Amino acid sequence: MIVKRKTKLSNEIPTASMPDIIFMLLIFFMVTTVLRTYDGLPVELPKAKRIEKLKSKRHTAHIFVDKKGLISIQDKLHSIETVRHVMYEIRAADPMLTVSLKADRAAQMGLISDIHNELRKADALKLNYSTKTAVN
Amino acid sequence: MRKKRRFKRGEIPTASMADIAFLLLIFFLVTTTIDTDKGLGIVLPAEGEEILIKKENILNCLINSQGNVLLGGVPFRIKDISKEVRRRIAENDKLIISVKAHEKTKYNDYIAVIDQLKMANAKRISIAESD
Repeated sequence: MIVKRKTKLSNEIPTASMPDIIFMLLIFFMVTTVLRTYDGLPVELPKAKRIEKLKSKRHTAHIFVDKKGLISIQDKLHSIETVRHVMYEIRAADPMLTVSLKADRAAQMGLISDIHNELRKADALKLNYSTKTAVN
Repeated sequence: MRKKRRFKRGEIPTASMADIAFLLLIFFLVTTTIDTDKGLGIVLPAEGEEILIKKENILNCLINSQGNVLLGGVPFRIKDISKEVRRRIAENDKLIISVKAHEKTKYNDYIAVIDQLKMANAKRISIAESD
């Protein structure tokens, strides 16, 4: 005697909800994407162990300092005297700003110290020394 | 004679919606950079916010241009700083570590020292101007 199956098993993946899933992913990526990023200068970042992640890319301004002592903010070269004005503008536009200092490991502290002072005058106080993760 | 209507109800065709959504999804997938910036965070003091601190609550940390470190007047190797600072903080939790670097100090050495201080869970780090 052949037992009849009660319910029919369909061997198809249900696709009705697929657009919803895709939309959800789409919205996630739309929200997380920041389209414009600045290239900056070629720097070799120092390494550190106790690092923390920057919270938001949107509220981050990068200052590049290469080993020759060139300073670049938003793809423009600046001298130490103009850093204050540029950073003040950026800071005024975004009160949640964190400054990410991407300085070369061979940069000299005299210049970094000057940048500290300029940032203080521009009221951009949250600073992050960009580093790579040290192994071990 | 009345013309026959072709569509009964006005409907937007949804068959291609998934394709359009996929296309957008792929675009944003490609343009997204997930890797976030990492680094050592620090908060600078506001302009004109100088406060006097008792001498016994200050631990001077001097870095010279060769990358040698003098911690409270005693030379230390960079990798030993965190242990010493941890011990000092355990003794005095109001301790402020004042980091002073020579103008010609390499940024790499400075970061190594800050990293050591962070490892010792030093919350109060002050960056003195080099003079």
